[in-house]
Amino acid sequence: MELTRRDVLGALSAAGVGSVSGCSDLLEDGAVGESPTEDDPITDHDVETLVALAEVVYPSGVTEIESFVREYSVVRVREDPTYARGVRETVARLDDYVAEWHDDAYADLSASARADVLEQMAVDTADPDPDGVAGERIRYYLVNELLYAFYASPTGAGLVGLENPPGHPGGTTSYREGPHE
Amino acid sequence: MNSQSGADLDRTPADSRRSSPEPGRTAFDRTPSDRVDVCIVGAGPSGALIAAELSAAGHDVVVLDAGPRFDPADRENEMENHLRPGNPEPLWGMGGERDAYSATGDRHYPLNAARVKGIGGSTLHWQGMVMRLHEQDFELDSAVGLGADWPISYDDLRPYYAAAEEAFSVAGASDNPFSPPRKEPHPLPAFPPSYSDSLFAEACESLGITTHSVPNARNSEATDEAGACVGYGTCKPVCPSGAKYDATRHVDVAEANGARIVDRAPVQRLEHDASGERVTAAVYATPGGEEHRQEAREFVLAAGGVETPRLLLLSESEQYPDGLANSSGLVGRYFMDHLFAGVGGQLDERTRQKHVGFITTESHQFYDRPDDSRTAIKLEFLNYAGPAPADVAMTADSFGDDLLDEIWSAYGNHVAMGALVEQLPRKENRVRLDHSRTDDHGNPVPDVVWRLDDRTRATIRRANEIQRSVLEELGAEITWTVGPDDTGPAFHHMGTTRMGTDPSESVVDSQLRTHDLANLTVAGSSVFVTGGAMNPTLTIAALSLKAADHLAARL
Repeated sequence: MELTRRDVLGALSAAGVGSVSGCSDLLEDGAVGESPTEDDPITDHDVETLVALAEVVYPSGVTEIESFVREYSVVRVREDPTYARGVRETVARLDDYVAEWHDDAYADLSASARADVLEQMAVDTADPDPDGVAGERIRYYLVNELLYAFYASPTGAGLVGLENPPGHPGGTTSYREGPHE
Repeated sequence: MNSQSGADLDRTPADSRRSSPEPGRTAFDRTPSDRVDVCIVGAGPSGALIAAELSAAGHDVVVLDAGPRFDPADRENEMENHLRPGNPEPLWGMGGERDAYSATGDRHYPLNAARVKGIGGSTLHWQGMVMRLHEQDFELDSAVGLGADWPISYDDLRPYYAAAEEAFSVAGASDNPFSPPRKEPHPLPAFPPSYSDSLFAEACESLGITTHSVPNARNSEATDEAGACVGYGTCKPVCPSGAKYDATRHVDVAEANGARIVDRAPVQRLEHDASGERVTAAVYATPGGEEHRQEAREFVLAAGGVETPRLLLLSESEQYPDGLANSSGLVGRYFMDHLFAGVGGQLDERTRQKHVGFITTESHQFYDRPDDSRTAIKLEFLNYAGPAPADVAMTADSFGDDLLDEIWSAYGNHVAMGALVEQLPRKENRVRLDHSRTDDHGNPVPDVVWRLDDRTRATIRRANEIQRSVLEELGAEITWTVGPDDTGPAFHHMGTTRMGTDPSESVVDSQLRTHDLANLTVAGSSVFVTGGAMNPTLTIAALSLKAADHLAARL
């Protein structure tokens, strides 16, 4: 199942950043620099980490995860400086934790090692809390943001039969249709 | 305080987007106009419609509202607030010292979830369901010995219902065999039934229950005022596209006609003349801490079923120690709401929920009361049962393919029925002042005293019986029921300045003018004598258009 630019726009719409609809140049390719700037408050490493997390928390059959996460995240952080700061700080905490066990940053670990780290930090059972311990912050700023973006998108929600999820202006046809499978 | 800081306090973000209708006056100038024809308190659907009508007729109109003018550009942010689980921000800015209240009855009343203060009023977060009351609603005592009769009939209100449907661009169809008579079709075609409606229809047919379409104040097609619904699915509490009607449409009309709309100007009290027969001014506060008097020939209270009686009670004077327009002692009495009854469950097939945020099928078969054994029931077939995939994902304790499996199980096979149940007017249910607490202006807060009576509880049980029979016929495993013990209000505040012919038994007459003061009109659901079980806003609009006609004749 391929994530497309329509999914990015759908996810951004549900995230309250719907004004980018029809302005595809705003999405660009999700490129940011190596250091935070006023325009790009998170770095390329932060985005790589989000992509690495998405590859763990998204279903295995999903493709084009990197472009989806990049385009969504870059617009999202530009719209919300508080969220951007939270992402940056939480990625640093995640890497700090990983550094105690591995020589690499989280984004450079194998997929199975990345899943193991989330389990070790109890991110799967953590309550999302922007001010909590590391696992709770990772759940709030990183994992839940990624899950929200994915399952609020037409493709993500469409995997379970909801092509027009709440927050996505997908028209008034699908609600009349029967199951597709 | 210097004038500049006062001006800044008075300015709202939306001010920069508009101009003032009065030459020489800035949009955020909240000083009063010279004596105008009409001063309206409240910029919800009632106040907005009356302002639009009277300004179109050439009258000078000022509308004062306690809340802000919300920027339409912020609606997507409001939607996000709503969609993200655990987001603590209150929608539409409700709460805090401004909106402090008490609820001292048997049942807690969650008042601040039930209303919006601001330009557009509670239509900013309403569901947008617009049905006419039935003929029986207007003569309930005569017909079955319940409640009381209205001083007007369905026929009296019928042309105003048609005008209200035009004003709201109602999408509907004439397929409801239980609806009262009508001459003209709805302005827009009805939204077709959903997939899950088709499942319900089959079960209902087996049980002899007739289903039909739902009139919606939501564009099924584009009009000059707004585009067609695009299916955001978050109608309540916010429609980002503007396809759902809200009263800012008629506020805009009124402003284009020259009416002046003043936001963040909570009216503190009404003043009357020495004879006690006419209101002379509405005294209102500004964000900068000033107090002003707006004088007018006619005054309209359109601040909803709680703030309208509260303002009358706050306007006590030496001549009227129990509050204005309260010689009957009934201001605030007979508070009513509709009660929710519901049953939900799961099928072993997909039901396609949450594609839209509104209802497309109902049954009014159990609406009219056969006798005095029960009140009215309006059955609803929901299109948004169960959680959305994102809701499940955010709280799940699995990731990847395991999470997808969990969401597959949790989303997609839910069904649910709701119902509105009528509560009859009872004197002990009331809105009064709580003198032990004050709001941000030092005024006593409203105290909502509310309890359920046995007949209402019995009707909720009856609604549950019908709902269970439908779900069982459908083959559903029933997983939840909202019955008489855990029911809640539908946020329709009614009855607190009831209409009638006898000044000792009512607050306003059939023209919606108070018995006590000749130039004071009360518009909105507070004048309802009984509440029926239909969502009230179409009747609010029809009554408001009727009141506007009477006002225009007097001006």
